[in-house]
Amino acid sequence: MITQEQQKVMTKLPFGTESAPSERESATAADFLVADAHMEVRGLSLYYSESQALQGIDLRVPRGKITALIGPSGCGKSTLLRCFNRLNDLVDGVHIDGEILFDGQSLYGSEVDVNLLRKRVGMVFQKSNPFPKSIYENVAYGPRIHGTRSKASLDEMVEKSLRGAALWEEVKDRLDKSALGLSGGQQQRLCIARAIAVEPDVILFDEPCSALDPISTARIEELMTELKGRFTQIIVTHNMQQASRVSDTTAFLYLGRLIEYGVTETLFINPRKKQTEDYITGRFG
Amino acid sequence: MNKIHRHFEDELSQLSELTLRLGGVAEEAIGRCLRALMERDSELAQRVIAEDEISDRLELEIDHLCMEILARHQPMAGDLRFVVTVMRITPELERISDLASQVCERSLELNGEPRLAAVIDIPAMAERARTMLRRVLDALVQRDSRAAREIIQMDDELDRRMDQTFRILLTLMLEDNKVITRALRLMMVAKYLERIGDQVTNIAEQIVYLAEGRMIKHMGDAGLTPKPHP
Repeated sequence: MITQEQQKVMTKLPFGTESAPSERESATAADFLVADAHMEVRGLSLYYSESQALQGIDLRVPRGKITALIGPSGCGKSTLLRCFNRLNDLVDGVHIDGEILFDGQSLYGSEVDVNLLRKRVGMVFQKSNPFPKSIYENVAYGPRIHGTRSKASLDEMVEKSLRGAALWEEVKDRLDKSALGLSGGQQQRLCIARAIAVEPDVILFDEPCSALDPISTARIEELMTELKGRFTQIIVTHNMQQASRVSDTTAFLYLGRLIEYGVTETLFINPRKKQTEDYITGRFG
Repeated sequence: MNKIHRHFEDELSQLSELTLRLGGVAEEAIGRCLRALMERDSELAQRVIAEDEISDRLELEIDHLCMEILARHQPMAGDLRFVVTVMRITPELERISDLASQVCERSLELNGEPRLAAVIDIPAMAERARTMLRRVLDALVQRDSRAAREIIQMDDELDRRMDQTFRILLTLMLEDNKVITRALRLMMVAKYLERIGDQVTNIAEQIVYLAEGRMIKHMGDAGLTPKPHP
């Protein structure tokens, strides 16, 4: 049952597109709407030199939930993901209009310490990229450069992170062995352990399972579900089944525009926009 | 469109075709059961009962195809709603054929007894049920939720006619206890026809879901008001 208060918030917040969800859907949507936005994208446009990659994106990322970004290649979903930890700053000729609020603070403000930002917003990439060091060192690296020195604290953090990434039982007896000896799925979970070791608020996933077999994929998805609540997670995926399985909210992007954003279940069963319907039913182009 | 997608489209068309065929079989069964009853045609009644097996077979075939589509193509959005709708309306359509068979079973019993002279609404009920079914199949093809809502409203008239038939038959039974068995059989016929209206209503509700993604089942009159589409 939606309370009057929730109803009020719902009508105020620019969630999804301009359409109002039906009464049954809004009961589900209300959970996310009343939750505060951890990240809020406002009128974001991004240009690579002359070409515009993102056009006036508005998006509220709910705290502690999983948000999926879907769309065909080149739609801007990875570019958008990289805005959340300012990874695009490293690309020459990038220009950004609009803003992203992170806990209400502008992400692109001049006073923002980008290194600290990337500690708070971790990232897991398409291809697992462990350092050519031991399993232990991979996880301890982040906490160490952020100032943790004591061996006992580091040991504790490594175990906690590996447990958090559902990897501890598999590697606890070979922490000093090279991370490169792990399987692809284990390496990806090690990267997640490395990301959570510095206790971020948000984790960005850029196609984290595209190189993994179905069993390793299932483990990563299960892990993401377990991490819900503790971290806000944003995932870019080409796999629509994956988006529909793991995420709470889904955004569909096309040609740099946000076409539709809403509760995942609604978007995959009853999308409001024809372009979304065409894309998710495979009738695109 | 790639080969796999074309195969998927072909399977969806096949599913649509089979569902309409099942609907056609049910529609014909209603017409024939009425004829068997009114013309006291026992041979026709037996044929309708025997041919009920066609709709049983179609139901299984459709069910199998739905499962295959779900497993192999994992449809989404409108396609998903279509497959789910077909899975839900197939048993309703099969049940309509069953009810027509049951009308024929009562006809066979009635044909062995003298005709009961009473002005009752059974032919009008059967015609209305058949019209509702035909229109709901059209609404399915067109994915027309407005037509589906109109069909739902047609069901009230069927309920009224059944009540009226019951009253007339009850009066007859009170007046002459020799007609009780025959009158009870006719009451059952009226009830079967009224049930067909209910099955069609269920189908119409599913069509609203198919077209709008909105489940209006158990919503009463609130479901009959369309929501403005964005």
